[in-house]
Amino acid sequence: MTTTILIPTPLRQFTNNSDSVAVEAGTVGEALASLCSKFAPLKRHLYTDDGKLRTFVNVYLNDEDIRYLQKESTPLKEKDILSIIPSIAGGKD
Amino acid sequence: MQTPELSAEEIKRYGRHLIMPEVGMEGQKKLKGSSVLLIGAGGLGSPLGLYLAAAGVGRIGIVDFDVVDYSNLQRQVLHSTKDVGRPKLASAKERLEGINPFVKIETHDMHLNSSNALDLFSRYDVIVDGTDNFPTRYLVNDACVLTGKPNVYGSIFRFEGQASVFALPDGPCYRCLYPEPPPPGLVPSCAEGGVLGILPGIIGTIQANEVVKLIIGRGEPLSGRLLLFDALKMKFRELKLRKDPHCPICGEHRTITALIDYEAFCGLQPGWDSYTREQQYEISVEELKRRLDRKDDLFILDVREPQEFEICNLHGYLIPLRDLPKRIHELDTAKEIVVHCKVGGRSRQAVEFMKQAGFRKVKNLVGGIDAWAEQIDPTMPRY
Repeated sequence: MTTTILIPTPLRQFTNNSDSVAVEAGTVGEALASLCSKFAPLKRHLYTDDGKLRTFVNVYLNDEDIRYLQKESTPLKEKDILSIIPSIAGGKD
Repeated sequence: MQTPELSAEEIKRYGRHLIMPEVGMEGQKKLKGSSVLLIGAGGLGSPLGLYLAAAGVGRIGIVDFDVVDYSNLQRQVLHSTKDVGRPKLASAKERLEGINPFVKIETHDMHLNSSNALDLFSRYDVIVDGTDNFPTRYLVNDACVLTGKPNVYGSIFRFEGQASVFALPDGPCYRCLYPEPPPPGLVPSCAEGGVLGILPGIIGTIQANEVVKLIIGRGEPLSGRLLLFDALKMKFRELKLRKDPHCPICGEHRTITALIDYEAFCGLQPGWDSYTREQQYEISVEELKRRLDRKDDLFILDVREPQEFEICNLHGYLIPLRDLPKRIHELDTAKEIVVHCKVGGRSRQAVEFMKQAGFRKVKNLVGGIDAWAEQIDPTMPRY
């Protein structure tokens, strides 16, 4: 199953500036693991030392937050789009 | 709500609103009777102020403490070249009153903080978040939830923007989306990462549009949805946001019932691992500028050589790195210490050494004095 993962601007420095990465995976967790195996330095930015997704990193499957699906065990379908949505704060400056 | 009457002059001014049934006389009177608080008169605050004043919002409050800088003019269209050096509040008030003399502009020259936010928010109908840092974002969110005011949110970075409406009675809040902030230093600010000058114009006008809809009570508010905009691809996307039943401030079992210390909240978190803790020992030049402007009590330690100090300095206390072991007793562990060198390498070693020696409130200035000269003070010589 090919899934496209959309990479947000702040994390593109770890993906050779790619804004999307295609991976083969059956679940959300597998897709993120595959992404991190392609771009090893990304892993620390997405996961804690004990392997949990960081709380300031939100992952969406299409338009739905995976926290309200089956989290990382959510199954993927063909053409699904996974988005990593980090918090950004800019505005006044 | 008791709505004020419109004068003949105002009827002429707002004619294009009045002939649309969705706004009409009723909506325009609601706008005149309403009040909006803008947090920040910068990138997002500029289009917000201009359009809300033009639309006839009766009372607009603005919170800011900055002065207009030459580098603001690329996107902060409230301010003109002649305003460089003036307080942003002064140029904003002048400009907005010029656009619409029927609008009352209230300026609040202050740092929004936990002791003044609730009182200030309670005097306005809608709060608009156009700040540039995480502590203020969480403060604005929490104060909105606690006072029951809608939080019209917008945020920008480089070519990407986000917008939403938080804290409507049945809608999610910012903490439902992001329960915790990222560690300091992880997400670069616009001052570090840059921002397309037009982007705040696009996101700010979306916020202004949501403000007007909330006031006149028409349309579907951008609540429960996060709008994402990519200026390079020219694409809008929308993600679903849900009210988190476990949200600490708007959920079923609330643990936050008053404003907290947001600098601390966005600093060290219990349960952070080695990665997040590393970020804790760093400070960006932009953050340092912000904290110095705020007159925070920071001790600046310069670990370069005396001849480098001669060329340029941040009025720091000079102890060259090689002398640090024998002179460390000159430093106070109770003080918050920012260590810098030219580009950040020696100061990183100094911070490591000081951590071993028991210093906990010590931060490495990322990029050193060179980054300061490049991003904050272009008059400073670089070597």
